Amino acid sequence: MIEARGLTKRFGDKLAVDQLSFTVEPGRITGFLGPNGAGKTTTMRLILGLDRPTRGSVTVHGKEFTKLAYPMHEIGALLDAKAVHGGRSAYNHLLCLAQTNGIPRRRVGEVLDLVGLTDVAKKRSKGFSLGMGQRLGIAAALLGDPAILMFDEPVNGLDPEGILWIRNLMKALAGEGRTIFVSSHLMSEMENTADHLLVIGRGRLIADCSVAEFIKRNSVQSVRVRTPKPDILAELIVAAGGTTVPGVGGALVAQGLPVHQIGDLAFENGIRLHELAPAQASLEEAFMELTADSVEFHAHAPGQQDSAQAGSTDRMHPTGVA
Amino acid sequence: MATTQIASAASQRLLLPETGRAGFGDALRSEFTKIKSTRSTYWTLLALVVVCVGIGALACAGTASHPQGVSPTNFDATQQSLAGLYVGQLVIAVLGALTITSEYSTGMIRTTLSVQPRRGVVFAAKAVVFAVVTLVIGLITSFGSFFVGQAILSSHHLSATLGEPNVLRAVIGGALFLTACGMLAYGLGAVLRHTAAAISATIGLLFVLTVLVQFLPQSWQDNVDKWMPAIAGSQIWTTKATGGPHLFSAWPGFAVLAGYAAVAIIAGLVCFRTRDA
Repeated sequence: MIEARGLTKRFGDKLAVDQLSFTVEPGRITGFLGPNGAGKTTTMRLILGLDRPTRGSVTVHGKEFTKLAYPMHEIGALLDAKAVHGGRSAYNHLLCLAQTNGIPRRRVGEVLDLVGLTDVAKKRSKGFSLGMGQRLGIAAALLGDPAILMFDEPVNGLDPEGILWIRNLMKALAGEGRTIFVSSHLMSEMENTADHLLVIGRGRLIADCSVAEFIKRNSVQSVRVRTPKPDILAELIVAAGGTTVPGVGGALVAQGLPVHQIGDLAFENGIRLHELAPAQASLEEAFMELTADSVEFHAHAPGQQDSAQAGSTDRMHPTGVA
Repeated sequence: MATTQIASAASQRLLLPETGRAGFGDALRSEFTKIKSTRSTYWTLLALVVVCVGIGALACAGTASHPQGVSPTNFDATQQSLAGLYVGQLVIAVLGALTITSEYSTGMIRTTLSVQPRRGVVFAAKAVVFAVVTLVIGLITSFGSFFVGQAILSSHHLSATLGEPNVLRAVIGGALFLTACGMLAYGLGAVLRHTAAAISATIGLLFVLTVLVQFLPQSWQDNVDKWMPAIAGSQIWTTKATGGPHLFSAWPGFAVLAGYAAVAIIAGLVCFRTRDA
């Protein structure tokens, strides 16, 4: 269990983490989401005591991280797979970490086996690929058989096989009753793995809920309709209180009305329907919608004026047709 | 890849002691593993021995080839054979700095502190392991330089023996001198966190200052140069006051160098403990 209370970190005049309060509950995968620069890594560094909070506090199993008797036993972290001395072999890297917490030497062999690095254990890690480096980092996190595992963007830059491996590993670890706290800027990744979500933008907590609830709360239900008479149906939908936008291939996308009501409208007015389908906005869309105002670095087309408050125009969602 | 069994939580609990906490002894073992598992350690220490013994031998050979100019009363055969320490101090400064700056340059420091967040423990364990390794290799270097040098000088009856006054102190002192120079670099490394900066600062303090004070007017020089860390510290590996009567004697001189190192280490510890990693 990780508990943050009013956690705040200021770098110069920039608030990297702003009054964060959350609890990472045991026994499930908690996704920590936010656009790049939202403060995810800083939050994780604060948890590990690498950075000192400007205000507030964060505890691991009720204690400050630096006060834990055997930190590796409580929490295993992979913040940056490149945070190793490249001149040291994988085995010696893990051994020197294990020794700090009195972990026996045989455990090094076990975790190397677990992540599939036994064959390159004696090789210096500077020659490792990104995927191998990631595995080495995960091996280090698992050394103390910790109750909590914390991964910062673990799938970044990995090939599909590597991504699948990490995903399955996290599920296996959670299946053993461990707490997993994993950050990502990719909603799609969380949709596949997480049970619970913490969403942050510009250092502030935006959402703290289950994945299903997050989609439900933040996505607009829309209905895709195909008909030979889209103009007439569109007018009827607007008259009934909904909105419509043109969809792909001549389809009509309606919002604000449930599926059955649109079907009834068409039937009552004798309009032939070729398709009537509810479309659930994906988590990715919900995330984009939610964090659109809190993305730190907006991309602009050349010549476009930088207007920080232009959140709504930055979104790619067309607003309804009148 | 199959990742079915991570190790059952119940059985793994036995891996770790029931009581106590990750402490200084654990950190010492870890830091010893670190220092002996990188090639730079071996290359640097090999360079130290070769450079010191080699330069000492050359210096002695030079004296041996012109023995007629040597006055036996003023000639310090021990110091002559240890002349390689002038360069050796710079070699050990590299290793001292690297002991801590390599953690920053590679990013390893973040991993180190996320498994042992008690920073004082990490800093002290690194310092102790580095000091002990340096002292051991320093003794090999110092005694090696002494015996090789004396063997060269012995043909001209200029050589010293360990039994003569101050000689054993000077030879052991050579190792202490190297250790203190290394610790100075370690402390500066913790303050500066950057390999090149830490090595430059240490060389500046040990070497450049020593050269610069030579340009001062003589009356100033006599008051200033004895306080320079390398000049003061070098007195411990002399057996005669060949540098002039105004300089500190062996142990007070070494205390001056140790004082510089202590200040650097305390500053390093403060930085290490308080700054974000």
